[in-house]
Amino acid sequence: MQNKSLYKKKPRPLDWFIHGLIYICASLSIIILACIVTYVGYRGISSISWNFITTVPSAIKGTVGIAGNIINTLYIIILTLLIAIPLGVGAAIYLNEYAKPGRVVRLIEFTTETLSGIPSIIFGLFGYVFFGVTLKLGYSILTGGLTLTLIILPLITRNTQEALKTVPDSYRKGALGIGASKWYMIRTILLPSAMPGIVTGIVLSVGRIVGESAALLFTAGSGYLLPKLGDYGEGLFKKILQPGGTLTIELYLSMEKAKYDTAFAIALILLIIVFGINLLTKYLSNKLNLDKRP
Amino acid sequence: MDKNTYSIIGSNKSKETVERLANIIFTICAFIAVLAVLSISLYMIISGTPAIFEVGLKEIIFGTVWRPSGAEPSYGILYVILTSIVGTFMSIIIGVPIGVMTAIFLAETAPKPLAAIVKPAVELLAGIPSVVYGLLGILILNPLMYKLESAIFANSPNHQFTGGSNLLSAVIVLAIMILPTVINISESAIRAVAKDYRYTSLALGATQIQTIFKIVLPAAKSGIVTAIVLGVGRAIGEAMAISLVAGNVTNIPFPFNSVRFLTTAVVAEMSYAADTHKDVLFTIGLILFVFIMLINLILNRIMKGGKENAK
Repeated sequence: MQNKSLYKKKPRPLDWFIHGLIYICASLSIIILACIVTYVGYRGISSISWNFITTVPSAIKGTVGIAGNIINTLYIIILTLLIAIPLGVGAAIYLNEYAKPGRVVRLIEFTTETLSGIPSIIFGLFGYVFFGVTLKLGYSILTGGLTLTLIILPLITRNTQEALKTVPDSYRKGALGIGASKWYMIRTILLPSAMPGIVTGIVLSVGRIVGESAALLFTAGSGYLLPKLGDYGEGLFKKILQPGGTLTIELYLSMEKAKYDTAFAIALILLIIVFGINLLTKYLSNKLNLDKRP
Repeated sequence: MDKNTYSIIGSNKSKETVERLANIIFTICAFIAVLAVLSISLYMIISGTPAIFEVGLKEIIFGTVWRPSGAEPSYGILYVILTSIVGTFMSIIIGVPIGVMTAIFLAETAPKPLAAIVKPAVELLAGIPSVVYGLLGILILNPLMYKLESAIFANSPNHQFTGGSNLLSAVIVLAIMILPTVINISESAIRAVAKDYRYTSLALGATQIQTIFKIVLPAAKSGIVTAIVLGVGRAIGEAMAISLVAGNVTNIPFPFNSVRFLTTAVVAEMSYAADTHKDVLFTIGLILFVFIMLINLILNRIMKGGKENAK
């Protein structure tokens, strides 16, 4: 028992073992990500060409492009955001500015929470039965957009709510004190101050929409053609009531048919979009934090 | 504002109308979420119950033969339910320790530059679409699994070879997919533990590892349980990533069997199913929905408990 000195540490092999384990587990995420990126990049890059993103599949011309799917994805993103942003922002404004804390707010927050926990396949089934069959919209971009609205509603509501919470109360009191009405105060003071948070929510939603597949399979269907313009461009609007497969759906279908070259090319495009969106959210949330500084 | 509203008491009628309208519109917006959850529940029940009367609840839940298009159709989904439960459980067993360890790394032991690499990597993993995971599962995991399978069952003639599309492949894909959820939630739970706990423990002579595992983790327990429950929800609801990886045959959930999950059963057959077959698929959706709602209720309980503890 000579080594009772404080300076002599007892060797603890178990500690070192656990330390090692922690490092291994943490490196797993990086390894997995690196594998995914290199493999998808390696297999996908060779199939991506200008032709690939500007043509539609055609047996006569011998093309396998995904232009139609890109357009469909854009349609779905725009349509969904057009419906979901007003609803989500409106809900957040109600929860934060109008409602008194109590049962009603708890109920709304609980259901919003529940909504974000429901898997997309359930939304798909619901969208198919409710929007597709009951409302007779069938397989269409509109059905898909309405279904996705339900999925991203919690995202937008929560982000807007967080942003509204960071707006100092003195802004509200100041505006109301000099005679602005409540709606005028919300419109001119609150919403502009909360804008970075709202935009973050929107960008996150775009990411969710781009990556969504299970909810779209039975709602938006799987068309891959470009919208027909019609005489006055009215075809662009008619497209909303026609089926259209997004990039993810096309990826799934080509995977099913073992057309792996197309699949990897789409996967690469999806990864690039998703990573771009990730960077954008980072940038936006940094900006939000800057604004929060006194 | 226009020139007519200079007076304080003056003609405020139109302004008041706008105010009232704004109030009403925002209230309606807020209730959309309630309406959505109600109507989803309602429609899942409405479209999921007919098959129960047509086929019988016992035949569906406890039947083991899935033969929707046979001369004598049979709609037993016991194996499908079991697969979802077993598969989710296994992916939690694999994913949660790795996720919690990574969370410990990020919140406690990581040197800053390393954390600055791991954290974005986790965020990127969270954003990758599920179909991409599925694609990689088919082309990377399945061949590996096939090799493993061939090695293990080389001498057993009774084994039905699956080409690697089996429960184990699906479980690994699910484990990877729940990682970001588990890591993020447990990390914030660990970070939320008061610094004093750590200092006290370290001052008493405990090592860093002892402090983490005996003081910090127990203190962050409710957050980590939340992470696990959210992971369960994510795993049980995932469809597209595993629909092709798992092999899609109704089978007993043994690791090297091709299996079918609740979600993949719906994805695989919805497009061509009709009549009773379709109704049964909706019943499967209803069963999945019930699972998810149970998970949500548990989650709500935990969150409430956490809040009361915090007080």
